Amino acid sequence: MQYSWFNRNLKWIYTLPAVFFVLLMMLFPIIYTVRISFYEWSMSATTPPAWVGLGNYIALFKDERFWHAVGSTFYFTVAALALEVILGVAIALLLSREFKGKNLVKTVFLLPMVATPVAMGLVWMLIYEPTIGVANMMLKSMGLSPLLWLASPNQVIPSLVIVDVWEWTPMIALIIMAGLATLPSDPYEAADVDGASAWTKFVAITLPLLRPTIIVAAMLRLIDVLKTFDIIYATTQGGPNFSSETLNLYGYVQGFQYFKLGSASSLLVVFFMLVMGLTLFMIWMRKRLEGAS
Amino acid sequence: MKKSLKPWIGTGTTLIMAATFVAGCGSASNTTQETVKPSAAATAAATTAAGAKPFAGKTISLVTANHPWADAIKPLLPDFEKETGIKVNVESFFEDQLTQKLTVQFTSGSATPDVFMYRPLQEGKLFFKNGWVQPLDDYAKKDANYDFNDFSKSAIGSTTVDAKLAGIPIITEQEILYYRKDLLEKAGIAVPKTLDELQAAVKKLHDPKNEMYGFVARGQRSPLVTQVSSFLYSEGADFTNGDKATINTPEAVKAFTTYGTLLKDYAPPGVLNMSWPQAFGIFAQGKVAFLTDANSLYNNAIDPAKSQVADKVGFAVFPGGKAGSKPYSITSWGLAMNAKSGNKDATWAFIQWATSKDVVLKTQQKGNPGARTSVWDKPEGTTGFPAALVPIIKESAKAGVDHDRPTVISVGEARDAVGEIVQKLMTGETNIQPVADKANQALQTIMDKDKTK
Repeated sequence: MQYSWFNRNLKWIYTLPAVFFVLLMMLFPIIYTVRISFYEWSMSATTPPAWVGLGNYIALFKDERFWHAVGSTFYFTVAALALEVILGVAIALLLSREFKGKNLVKTVFLLPMVATPVAMGLVWMLIYEPTIGVANMMLKSMGLSPLLWLASPNQVIPSLVIVDVWEWTPMIALIIMAGLATLPSDPYEAADVDGASAWTKFVAITLPLLRPTIIVAAMLRLIDVLKTFDIIYATTQGGPNFSSETLNLYGYVQGFQYFKLGSASSLLVVFFMLVMGLTLFMIWMRKRLEGAS
Repeated sequence: MKKSLKPWIGTGTTLIMAATFVAGCGSASNTTQETVKPSAAATAAATTAAGAKPFAGKTISLVTANHPWADAIKPLLPDFEKETGIKVNVESFFEDQLTQKLTVQFTSGSATPDVFMYRPLQEGKLFFKNGWVQPLDDYAKKDANYDFNDFSKSAIGSTTVDAKLAGIPIITEQEILYYRKDLLEKAGIAVPKTLDELQAAVKKLHDPKNEMYGFVARGQRSPLVTQVSSFLYSEGADFTNGDKATINTPEAVKAFTTYGTLLKDYAPPGVLNMSWPQAFGIFAQGKVAFLTDANSLYNNAIDPAKSQVADKVGFAVFPGGKAGSKPYSITSWGLAMNAKSGNKDATWAFIQWATSKDVVLKTQQKGNPGARTSVWDKPEGTTGFPAALVPIIKESAKAGVDHDRPTVISVGEARDAVGEIVQKLMTGETNIQPVADKANQALQTIMDKDKTK
């Protein structure tokens, strides 16, 4: 008798530990963060957190540095994501062809993705060093004038985008390659019969069929790019003059350099909503696009 | 058969998981009990037999940064353990992780670590105000042999919060001028004694076409604040005066302008994103004539493994301004006691030993600049440093100021406010007074808010 009870509820029993874990390790911190965001607290053992209501949020929305960080976050995200998707698709198409040494090229190509981001950040810092770095040496050898890269308020985000593109394009390419492998071959045969050019085949067959894959890849990457922390912290710490300070970085500074736990939490709550909102929007877009096709 | 086995798998796994879970909890609570027990037993033992080893059987935990001082003290610990019977458990962390680890532990009210390395001017005030640090005034004056007055005044000033002793200095540093002996000699320039002479010399040696730059120092917003401080003091300014922020006074603006202009016009490109590793890096590449930074980093300039100009580097006392030469002379690292420590007397015994004259002599011989005047005055106390640097350290320590950043609780925020002025100068802002006024206002707001803490 009781065996059948277990049998019927096996799916709950098996998932219970995981559900419990998720609740404990993910939901609790989020709720706790929301709670702290209504307080002002420097982690003191002697003065308890002081209730400030929406004070942290109001201060945040009045804070120039916050809006600047929002701007930097979007600038960085849009630029990095666009380049990564375009390059990722292009590289996936290239690598899906048959050629000698394909597997070797594939492996080498995936290396940046598995490297430690902080270590890579330090290496890129050396590459970008204006006087002794490789980047300027290459520019000079091509007869171009050297750049300031990370040390210039205007060039710092593009420089970081290059690092991010270098590191994460392989991930997009990897997902797209998987998508390419599942494409049916009959539309291409039909196109061959009709005498379509390679470009027409790409635009009319490959891209539409790949669209769901591209959207999934872009969505996964979007969430990660928005949250980029490691390479920025390792190279510029948000400088010069806060030019590369994204929301995630500003949150860290508020929490662990200024010890303003309340403000940091309110910022992270806003940031969380932002990521959530964008993700939901992407999912909605995907559904609509799929419905249309 | 197969069907009847299936439910057992379910119950089995659930049981096993539940058992592991309970066991996990059990062992965790066991260990906490274990750490409490011996100390309680030791207290009992200590009260009954006040023998030669009053702390026999006690264990204290020490948390250090990954710092040469920690490397120097670790081999000496067995002596201490033999002498007192106290067992010392050591853990080491990188600087930033150290702050985070301590913050998290103290927030949760942990009784460990008993004693820890900390940066008095960066976190000292916050730690103290948060009630995490045990004031040491009574301990330090108890034993006459300890000779507390032997510590340099500015070093003690750095570790004092609200007239209470929050920690004992272990590492001190001063800002000095590094220069290229060969270049100065070739150009026939004397070592600059004043900031005006420095500017003239920098201008003369600046030759960017041949990748030779006049001057370098930290240009990153927050890191630069400590290094511009000596410019401020030497011009007769300071970050604050009593309850007032004073970074927009004429003296302060002059000092910021000197520093900012030197970096903007005579530093290598990219100085805006340089902290000390980059600044020393490019100086060691032989591309810069002058550098101002902490003397504790001298090895980066004169170690042949790191520097191409190792044998060509000279040291000088920080150049003087209107108020003479007034570099910072601070405690960069101190030892402090956890206010919640369960072994306060044993912990003090450790701090007293680690900062005693004998041990400071030993750690200082390994290149860790300590805070004890008597050790500096002994010839064997200075063997860990280049001979040319020793008189510079001694002189800088004499005239030095005991802080190198605004002495507020919210140091991080205050540093960013001050750094703004120099960064604006470096990015080409010429009308600096309004920028200074705005930064001053920001600093004042931070100070006013501190008072409510």
